[in-house]
Amino acid sequence: MLNLLASDIFGNAMTAGTIAAVTAALVGYFVVLRAQAFAGEALTDICFAGSAGSALAGFNPLLGMLVFSLTASLGLGLLSNRVRGRDVEIGMALSMATGLGVLFLSLYAHHSASHATAGMSLLFGSILSIRPEEIGLMLLCAILVITSLAIVSRPLLFATIDPAAARAKGLPTLQLSVSFMLILAVAVAMCVLTIGALLALSLLVAPPAAALRFSRRPNRAIALSVLIGLVVAWGGILVSFVGPWKHPPIGFSITSLGAIVYLSAHFAGKRRRGLSIRESEHPGKEVMDEGR
Amino acid sequence: MLNLLHYPFMQNAIITGSIVAVLAAVVGYFIVARSLTFAAHAIPNIGFAGAAGAVLAGILPVYGFFAFAFTAAVGIGIIGTRARERDIVVAVLMSFGLGLGFLFLSLYSGYAQRVYGILFGSILGISVQNVLVTGVAAAIALVLLLTIYRPLLFCTVDPQAAAARGLPVAILSVLFLALASLAISLSAQMMGALLVFTLLVGPAATANRLTRRPGRTILLAAFLGLVYVWVGIGAAALSGRLPVSFMVSALAFAVYLPVRLLASPGPGRRLSGSRKPGRERSSDIAINRRVLTTEAEECSIC
Repeated sequence: MLNLLASDIFGNAMTAGTIAAVTAALVGYFVVLRAQAFAGEALTDICFAGSAGSALAGFNPLLGMLVFSLTASLGLGLLSNRVRGRDVEIGMALSMATGLGVLFLSLYAHHSASHATAGMSLLFGSILSIRPEEIGLMLLCAILVITSLAIVSRPLLFATIDPAAARAKGLPTLQLSVSFMLILAVAVAMCVLTIGALLALSLLVAPPAAALRFSRRPNRAIALSVLIGLVVAWGGILVSFVGPWKHPPIGFSITSLGAIVYLSAHFAGKRRRGLSIRESEHPGKEVMDEGR
Repeated sequence: MLNLLHYPFMQNAIITGSIVAVLAAVVGYFIVARSLTFAAHAIPNIGFAGAAGAVLAGILPVYGFFAFAFTAAVGIGIIGTRARERDIVVAVLMSFGLGLGFLFLSLYSGYAQRVYGILFGSILGISVQNVLVTGVAAAIALVLLLTIYRPLLFCTVDPQAAAARGLPVAILSVLFLALASLAISLSAQMMGALLVFTLLVGPAATANRLTRRPGRTILLAAFLGLVYVWVGIGAAALSGRLPVSFMVSALAFAVYLPVRLLASPGPGRRLSGSRKPGRERSSDIAINRRVLTTEAEECSIC
C-alpha cells in the first residue's frame, strides 16, 4: 500500500489532479455566478469530440481538445451575452459535438479491444496513465488560464453581478463574455484530460457552488472554492488508491465526493440573502418569472 | 436496401424508432417550451448509471435506466423552482450519476463493449421483447400526455395565470418530467444515453422556429423526428459502422442551423403582441419566451 503511494503513478496523478482542481475551482467560481453550467457542459462534450478525433487521427489529445473547444467557445461567448433562450442553441451545439465524438470514438474503438479500452479513458478519465510531458503542458495551460483570469477578473465580476450598470459604465461586456469563454475552454480541456469528458463538469461546478453557499464575498468564496476543489481531488485520488472496495475508479470517487460536499453545503450552508438581490437584477425577467 | 427490411432486427429497429420519434416530439415540444434542455440532457446520463447497474445485476437495462431516470426527473421537478439553482443541482447530480455508472461498469468484466452499447446506442440489440415494452409504455405515456395536454400547455405559456385559475402547476411540472423520463428511457435503447436528448430537442427546436401553433409544431416535430430516425437507421444498416445516434444528431443539426439563421421569430412576435388577451389564448398562443415577456410587460403596463 505504501509502495503504491510512493510510485510515480500516484505522484503524477496527484500533480495533475492538483493543477486541474485549482484551475477548475478558480474558473468555476465565475461559471456558477454567471449561471453557465450548461455552457460548461457543452464545452466538455466539445472537448470529447476533439479528443476522440485526435485519438482517431493520432494527434496529441490535449491539442485536439484545445482546437475544438477554443473554436466553439467563440460562438458560445457570443451566445452567452444574450440572456434568454440560449439553452436550446447550446443544446444543439452540444448534441452535434457529442454526435461527432460518438462517431470518432466508435470508429476508433472498432479497431481492436485495446482501442476500445483506450476510448473508455477519453470518457471517464486517464489520470493514472498521465505522462510527465502532459503534466508540463497542463501546467503551462494553468498558468495561462490563471493569469488571463486575474487580468479580467474585476471587470468580469462587475459585468456578471450587474450587467446593465457595467454596460452603462462603458465596459465591453461582449468582449468580456467571449474572453471568459476562451478561458473556460482551456480550463475544461484540462479537466477532461484528468477525469474524462463525462465527469469533468463535477470539478468545475461542485466546489465553487458549495463555496458560494458559505460566503458571498468574492475573495473568500474563491479561496474556499480552491480549498474544496483540492479536498475533493486529493480525497478522490487517495480513496481510489488506498480506500475500500478494491480501488474504485478515480472518476467515481471524485464525482461522488463533489456531490457529497455540494449537497451537504446545500443543506448546511446559510441561505445567502445577497442572492435574491443580485438575481432580481441580473438575468432579468427570466428569474423574476421563475420566482413568482 | 429493400432486402435489409426483411431482417427481423431491422423491423424491430424501425418499429421502435418510429414509436419513440413520435413520443419524443410531443415531449420535446414541452422540453423546449419550458426551457428544460439541460434537464433533458442530464436525465439520460443519470439513467446510464441505472442501466449499468442492471447489466451488473443481469436484468434488462431499460428497467434500470427507467428507475434511475424517473428518480432523477422527479427530483429535478421538485427542486427546480428557480432556474439558477436548478442548473447547479442538475450538473452535480449528472456528474455523480455518470461516475456511479462508471463504477458499476468497471465492476463488470468485459465492460468496454457494454459501455459503448449503453452510451452510444445500437440498432442491433433491439429484441421483440424490447419492441413490446416500448409499444405498451409509449402508448401509456401518450395517453397520459394527451390527458394533461391542455392544462400543461396553459402552465407552460402562463404559469401565473394558470396558478391563479387553480391549476396544480407544481404537480403538473413533476408529472411532465416523470413522463419525459419514460420517453427518454424508451428512446435511449436505440439512441444511447449520450445522444437521446437530440431526438427530443432537435426536431422540436426546429419545428418551434417554423410554426407557432402548438399542435402544428408537435406534428412537424414528429415528422422531422421520423425522417431523422428512418434515415439514421438506413445509413447505420447500410454502412455497418455509422452509429444511428450520430446520424440523427448530424441531421438534426444540419436542419436546425439554416432554420435558426433564416427563420426569424419576427412575425410571431408582432402577431401575438397585438393579440387581445382572451379565453382561447392558451390554445394557439405563440410559445416563445421573448413573446411571452413582451406580453407580460404589456399586461403589467395596463
